[in-house]
Amino acid sequence: MTALLQTRGLSLSFGGVVAADSIDFDLQAGERLAVIGANGAGKTTFINMVTGYIKPTSGSITFDGKDITALQPRQIVQLGMGRSFQLPQLFLEQTVQESVQLAVAARTHQLRLLRPLAACVDAREIQQSLELVGLAHRAHHLCGSLPEGHRKLLDIVMALVLRPKLLIMDEPTSGVAADEKHGLMDTIMKALDQRGVTSIFVEHDADIVTQYATRVAAWISGRIAADGPPDVVMSNDEVKSVVLGR
Amino acid sequence: MVLRALPWLIAALTLALGLLFAWLKTPLIIALSYGLSALGVSMLIRAGQVSFGHAGFTCLAGYAVVAVSRAWPQTDALLLLLLGVSVGGLAGAITGLFVVRYRGIFFGMLNLALSMVLFAVLGKFYNLTGGTDGLRMERPPIFGQLLERAGFETSLLAVSSLLVVATCWVVARFYASPVGQALTAIKSNEVRLEYLGISAKRVFFTGYVASAALCGFSGGMFALIQGLVTPEMGYWVRSGEYVFIAVLGGTLHPVGAFLGALVFEFLKLFAAAALTGIWQLVIGVVLLALIFVAPAGLVAWLARIRPTREPAPAASVQEKA
Repeated sequence: MTALLQTRGLSLSFGGVVAADSIDFDLQAGERLAVIGANGAGKTTFINMVTGYIKPTSGSITFDGKDITALQPRQIVQLGMGRSFQLPQLFLEQTVQESVQLAVAARTHQLRLLRPLAACVDAREIQQSLELVGLAHRAHHLCGSLPEGHRKLLDIVMALVLRPKLLIMDEPTSGVAADEKHGLMDTIMKALDQRGVTSIFVEHDADIVTQYATRVAAWISGRIAADGPPDVVMSNDEVKSVVLGR
Repeated sequence: MVLRALPWLIAALTLALGLLFAWLKTPLIIALSYGLSALGVSMLIRAGQVSFGHAGFTCLAGYAVVAVSRAWPQTDALLLLLLGVSVGGLAGAITGLFVVRYRGIFFGMLNLALSMVLFAVLGKFYNLTGGTDGLRMERPPIFGQLLERAGFETSLLAVSSLLVVATCWVVARFYASPVGQALTAIKSNEVRLEYLGISAKRVFFTGYVASAALCGFSGGMFALIQGLVTPEMGYWVRSGEYVFIAVLGGTLHPVGAFLGALVFEFLKLFAAAALTGIWQLVIGVVLLALIFVAPAGLVAWLARIRPTREPAPAASVQEKA
């Protein structure tokens, strides 16, 4: 079986700082990978390279059998990779509903010139997507007026409605109230399972990692120091001392 | 809703004023022409980009209209308007190819630079363009009829008013469309747009061509009512006036540009008569007042007025205002 996502010799340095050190990585369809690592270990850099936002110095990235190393984020998204952000990237002057509608219109190739956006998308899908993350009551609010937790949810649902084969989430639970983290992950993972979406999520909370991931990769100084089932990686000595600080 | 009725109201008011006071016909058509250019500028302001050179498109289209009318005097005024739109759109498509890569101050200054190149060329090539004296054209036929001045002006005013209503309708639909919404999204987050699989550059190019076409429309209308085009039409001060009108009117709805243009034209008309020599002072005071009273422009301020019986306010419009 070929991997859904594959990197070979992926390297990137900013001057003297090595952000990615020849990373060889395979992700199989159906996996739920948690990426852990201290700040500055290269987790977000890895995501930025895989999604085309930063070009690697050397190495290659293959997604769903296609070489995507030189592609733009837009082209990679069109191949079926979705991404949510550590700092939510929203259309601050537009409403929650308009944002989700625009995402759906992009997926269904309904970028019309003179037809109202609301008429280009299925209203039920928008409603269901907003209900899924509990934002239905916010539909007509401006994104810029949302509290941080809701911004996070909207950021994720905008990637989710693209119906990606692979969804990469950069710290989905950061900025979300502690007692809501598990509820949020439950919701997201259930939605992903229903649609058979493979996922990668960066996470700092060890409980969430062990509960929701089928596999864990620990990043240390731009390389993958440990990779495997959650219990194995979480009990790895190097991971314990450097990443988990125990 | 107030906004949907406004274009009709403005058209009716313009027509009524023009029919009541014959001397107002020219300033009214000029105001509508300014409104079209300001609408072009306003469309890009929605994407967070301010062009200080859009008068260049207006000017180029004006010269094209006069040149064609001089070569073929039988060309109908309506065809000439269509020519203006096409020339504006085409010029926008050519310059847009590289201009849409830039944002913010670079975008604004690049547009200004291009318009000033045109201004200089028009002023220097005397044999072809008439230099700073400009080019004159004879009154063309309208609807196939060669009319006297009064009849021509009335017909042009009527046609312009109706076309302005139509333009408002089309542009409002564009604003509400997926591409129009994506254009607005450029202002707040291009990165996210790319991560939705939408090309921000292509969206902005579409908006840029549409905005240049509107300026071309404006240039055609201006040439027809004046019967004269000069390089002044493309001078940077004119571009600045379009930005002023766009800000004054507001970008919430296309009708804002025409509201702004009418207010601007009449301010200029009366201030110039009453306070000759310092009329710019009046414009400055109005701009200051606007910043404090209606920072999102006249149209956003008007959008808040609604019949009391109307159901729950649309949060999006209110908050945007």
